[in-house]
Amino acid sequence: MIAMTHAGYVAAAWIGTFALVGGYALAVVRRGRKLSRQVPAGERRWS
Amino acid sequence: MTATTSPGSGAGTAHDQHGAAPAGDPVPASTGSRGTRILGLLALASTALLVLYGLVVSPADVEMDDAVRLMYAHVPSATYLYVGCFFTTLASGLWLWKRTAGWDALAEAGAEVGLVFAVVTLGTGSLWGRPTWGTYWTWDARLTSTAVLTALLVGYLALRRLDLDPDSRSSRAAVLGLLLVPNVVIVNRSVEWWRSLHQGSTLTRIDPTIEGDMLVALMVGFLAFGLIFAWLMVHRFRVAWLTQQVDRLDLDDALARRRAEAEEVAR
Repeated sequence: MIAMTHAGYVAAAWIGTFALVGGYALAVVRRGRKLSRQVPAGERRWS
Repeated sequence: MTATTSPGSGAGTAHDQHGAAPAGDPVPASTGSRGTRILGLLALASTALLVLYGLVVSPADVEMDDAVRLMYAHVPSATYLYVGCFFTTLASGLWLWKRTAGWDALAEAGAEVGLVFAVVTLGTGSLWGRPTWGTYWTWDARLTSTAVLTALLVGYLALRRLDLDPDSRSSRAAVLGLLLVPNVVIVNRSVEWWRSLHQGSTLTRIDPTIEGDMLVALMVGFLAFGLIFAWLMVHRFRVAWLTQQVDRLDLDDALARRRAEAEEVAR
């Protein structure tokens, strides 16, 4: 790994993938929290 | 990928105009549950394993050198792009047939999560193309058909944001949603139907072209991306469900206000 060829491409792909998916996951959780506060607990069937 | 705990049912607590939870409600307001917390932990653990296998344990390829490590993110993301499209097409068909709100929410969740994986697929594919083909992008059959599928997903989600009657909007989106799986078939078969720079199937053949630690790394990639996909789908489905409930409660409030105004005028 230390002497990796194409290290820039590999790093960009992996970091970009986790940044995008992680950012999206965070956005979904935030949207969920905001919406959850607007509905009765009974409507949140998973609670 | 964390979620708050949710002890108790919260039934009988004081709520605001919609009956929504005030501060201090025993039911924390989130899309998380015990199941999603377990799923999230498994996803994080398998992702750590993927980083270990994909970047450290698996060897460099004889032809592609270390650029092969891009495969462990690219191939699983493309696979779950297909799965997201499958969910949307299936749920769109069932929405048009049954008109059940849950199918509509599932169709929306599949398209949005699928789009995230489509962007990952195109991004990692482009970064893989530069060292192996000498270019980030070419109008190859596989790349072009994947770009068309991504555009379809963007169009589907844009259609869902139109200011229309909710039923009409869902039906129009569902018709577009039905086109996703046929497009997935075109993307998947494109390397066989047309001359393509893109390599053919690595796994879905009788004699796989991958083995040893590379195969293990790819399998760990499928596991990690699968768990992430499942976690995202559950949370996104719940967001879509909550959006439907908020819209319904807003409509109920508007109707109640209109009735009260009418009664006031009648007196």
